[in-house]
Amino acid sequence: MPDAVSPRGFWGKLGYWLALLFTGLLALLWAVPVIWAFVASTRPPTEPLGRGDVWFGSSLTLVNYATAMSLAPFKLYYINTILIVTMILGVQIITITLAGFAFAHYKFMGKQLLLFFILLQLMIPTTALLAPNFSTIRALGLFDTRLAIAIPYFGSAFGTFLMRQAFLEVPRDLVDAGVIDGCNWWQLLRHIYLPPSKSMLVAFGLSSVVWHWNEFLWPLVVTNSDKSRPLTAGLVRFTQLGEIGAQWSLLTAATLLVVAPLFIVFLIFQRQFIQSFVHSGLK
Amino acid sequence: MSASASAVRKRKRRNPILPYLLILPTFFFVAMFTAWPTLLAFYQSFFRQRLNIAKFREPTFIGLGNYATLFNDPRFLLVLKNTLIYVLVTAPISIVLGFLFALLINRAIKGIGLARLAFFQPTILPMVSAATIWMFFFTPDYGLWNTFLQRFGYSGPQNWTGNPDLALIAIMIVTIWKNAGYYMIFYLAGLQSLPTDVYEAATLDGASWWQMLWQITFPLLRRTTLFVSTIAFIGAFQMVDHIFVLTKGGPSRASTVLLYYLWQMRFENQDVGKASAITIILIIFLLIFTVTNFALSERKEEETHA
Repeated sequence: MPDAVSPRGFWGKLGYWLALLFTGLLALLWAVPVIWAFVASTRPPTEPLGRGDVWFGSSLTLVNYATAMSLAPFKLYYINTILIVTMILGVQIITITLAGFAFAHYKFMGKQLLLFFILLQLMIPTTALLAPNFSTIRALGLFDTRLAIAIPYFGSAFGTFLMRQAFLEVPRDLVDAGVIDGCNWWQLLRHIYLPPSKSMLVAFGLSSVVWHWNEFLWPLVVTNSDKSRPLTAGLVRFTQLGEIGAQWSLLTAATLLVVAPLFIVFLIFQRQFIQSFVHSGLK
Repeated sequence: MSASASAVRKRKRRNPILPYLLILPTFFFVAMFTAWPTLLAFYQSFFRQRLNIAKFREPTFIGLGNYATLFNDPRFLLVLKNTLIYVLVTAPISIVLGFLFALLINRAIKGIGLARLAFFQPTILPMVSAATIWMFFFTPDYGLWNTFLQRFGYSGPQNWTGNPDLALIAIMIVTIWKNAGYYMIFYLAGLQSLPTDVYEAATLDGASWWQMLWQITFPLLRRTTLFVSTIAFIGAFQMVDHIFVLTKGGPSRASTVLLYYLWQMRFENQDVGKASAITIILIIFLLIFTVTNFALSERKEEETHA
């Protein structure tokens, strides 16, 4: 509801301030898990948590991060995650732009049918198909590779649909002018369709990166060794290492290692992130 | 538009092969990782095949045998029940909370950005990281969850993830905590696009805040609600990562949902036939929810246009 409805009278103002107080408390409650994780990760490892003593230790330390890094190959996990996410995004940008352009610009036989076929991916999410897709990965000889984690996402119904929508909003006159000037399809796409659609591409890109950075189940299924394992699957393995037990400061440090890059970028570009998520969802 | 321009346009917008070539990469990957596996799972669901038992290694046709076994198995019925509870509880609560958050932070005052950040940040976290943090919250004795509840007089069981009555609830709490902020941003976008003059008129007519909420805001946000419910219900079927960290589906399957059971059947039991049947059942559930939501939104659209 718009802010234009400003509170009036004593009760209106009281309600307004109570609502603000409630908002603050609720927000604090929602943030407690992450705040606690951060605080606990700075506790000296010699001071285990106990009843009523779960926040700061007697001093601040970064040693837990170093220990976590030494107990599991987080550096390798980072490289894997970054490579997987980049590979997916790189291919997706090409496939969704080309397909989106074809659907928005051209008239051709079977267009509706083809679009429907691709949109099947929205109705049957790849996550649900992990068993048969595992067989495919095995048959292709890709098991336990980074490519195996990335390849099912190279075509994106969602991205194709978003780009088609963005391209459809490009004014027809602009396109016609380009056509009359003798642009070929690549020039049309590059100079007329893409410039006004960049924000949509960025929006899709951000949500794709977040989604695949965070994905766990599919990587778990198709990896078998650290050479291809991403951060999420690495973290779960780490939490199950025998020697870790209930060393919470170590566990939280490892958890934050997984989260940190994405979280820092998010904190800096908060507005753009949220905008992106809205765009890539709503349009 | 001149006649020649429209002629050029018509000619240029047709091309015998180029559009197909442009779509080919996407088509190829969708065919390979969506259409083919769906057909494969459908086909394999009619065969008995267990990779870890020598005499069942080769597939044998058993018709609807896998489905019959599953629906006669109380374990599977429990998993179905858990799944429906999980989806039908977490999706609506997350949506309502998302709407509430959006209402609360839709104000132009300093510091409200911090609240938005607090509500939204779980969306960015990987579910397995969130689950690792919550694992501590649910720790018996000194975990923050029980400590928090005890402030309000709670004296029940302490071991949430190890208690058959509480494990699914613990899983649902994490899901709701993680998703509410995601749905919030769609409502926030919706709220900010509402026409202010309607509210000014309503205020002049002496409408209360509560009346405006129910009679103006809610109806105007119907499209947002339909969209959010579609992604919320479909997403809930797929949200299982935290189960791997927190409960492993236990104790005694009390927190096993369909997708987790599918994983167990395929990768722990090595039962290809039953896993395929579960895949098909999961797809049918997802289609039911998608089609229902789509039908609802079409109907509402018509009403709006009428």
